[in-house]
Amino acid sequence: MEYLSIFFDQVYKILFLLVPVLVSVAMVVWLDRRVWAFVQKRQGPNVVGPFGLLQTIADALKYIFKEIIIPSSSNKVIFILAPIVTMTLALIAWAVIPFSATQVLADINVGILYLFAVSSLGVYGIIMGGWASNSKYPFLGAIRSAAQMVSYEVSIGVIIINVLLCVGSLNLNDIVIAQQNLWFVIPLFPMFVIFFISALAETNRPPFDLPEAEAELVAGYQTEYSGMMYAMFWLGEYANILLMCAMGAILFLGGWLSPLEIYPFTLVPGPVWLVLKILLLFLLFALVKAIVPRYRYDQLMKLGWKVFLPLSLIWVVLTSGYLFYFNLLPIN
Amino acid sequence: MKISRFFKTIFMADFVNGLYMAIKEVFKSKKTINYPFEKGKISPRFRGEHALRRYPNGEERCIACKLCEAVCPAQAITIESTQREDGSRKTTRYDIDMMKCIYCGLCEESCPVDAIVQGPNFEFSTETREELYYTKEKLLDNGDRWENILEANIKADSSHR
Repeated sequence: MEYLSIFFDQVYKILFLLVPVLVSVAMVVWLDRRVWAFVQKRQGPNVVGPFGLLQTIADALKYIFKEIIIPSSSNKVIFILAPIVTMTLALIAWAVIPFSATQVLADINVGILYLFAVSSLGVYGIIMGGWASNSKYPFLGAIRSAAQMVSYEVSIGVIIINVLLCVGSLNLNDIVIAQQNLWFVIPLFPMFVIFFISALAETNRPPFDLPEAEAELVAGYQTEYSGMMYAMFWLGEYANILLMCAMGAILFLGGWLSPLEIYPFTLVPGPVWLVLKILLLFLLFALVKAIVPRYRYDQLMKLGWKVFLPLSLIWVVLTSGYLFYFNLLPIN
Repeated sequence: MKISRFFKTIFMADFVNGLYMAIKEVFKSKKTINYPFEKGKISPRFRGEHALRRYPNGEERCIACKLCEAVCPAQAITIESTQREDGSRKTTRYDIDMMKCIYCGLCEESCPVDAIVQGPNFEFSTETREELYYTKEKLLDNGDRWENILEANIKADSSHR
């Protein structure tokens, strides 16, 4: 009886985390389309619900009622598994995101490594989808996305090392608390920029949306998918984008800390600040989508390996040298 | 690489400039309209759904001269006529196959009595093919429904004909 209550307690906690995440994914899709439209001086979705806020729900309902077509030449098990993997991986990473000092589902002491590992695993959903479709465009899209995501994970990893050097802990709450006096976006600004661009590449957003480049690959790894399976890829992608924004907010923008520790700001609870920072980063994601043209594939690889990797490595040396010289290394 | 270009690249000057411009565009007025609720302005010469007009006393204008049938490049119009008891020639059948029609407006131009016209209505999609075989009744009904606008349009465009 006792462990049943523990079980239900956990389920309740998980639902309390996942339902807001899924709802905000829906809202964020709307925001993305709306910002994109506004930059192009269009109206954007504004019919379903107030300001069109329920547009994504309507879209999801439409996808649910659509037929799922499984190509006869596909590997059916992997084909069906791929969107489930993408969606699951995008959602389980939220377990370690701290919404305030106490509000975190799993306060594990290697939180950032877990986050990094799960976001790296995200590429499996895409590779599985592209491979199992047994068709040329999904296959090419999957190859591209695998190479791209692996390349940019390297620089994200090195950037995380920069932050960890300043914090001295892998726990996400410790990382946030370490920014009490100064957000890392200020001393590590170039790293923040590189992190943001790498996050764009990691989540296959424009200008790095080569895996689904419409002009060349139809829709990349999603080509053979339809109905709810397509929608799961799509929601998983946006959940991943939100996750990357949350990661950026925690690593560089002080997570749930308020920007100033003075009276009117301290009244606002931590989760609100975190959501605001995620939203700010997401707005940047959406604006970037609207203004940039797509990269060529060799340029993409060149940027990842020849520019970002050396730059972030140099910055690791600079950061550690600075911390060591001024005896600021956080040694516990 | 020139020095200025190098600095532009590492500070992402072009990107920041583009971002600034995008943010400026967000606050400008929208160039699109909420279509089903708002509609754009339509020229008096707009060639939309066909209509057969009547004289103010209710008499059909069409005199079954079949000029429109002859001029129609898509051969979408079919006319059969007969002589009425009062000696006037009137149509017994005036069909337009709206799927054949290319909306060129030649029927309207050829008509000597402004009977067949193309009105401002462009929202006449149907669920079945059969509904797009317009008969004389349907066309006259259209004429009655749109007469005010049709008359105004003909008047507005008369100086150019």
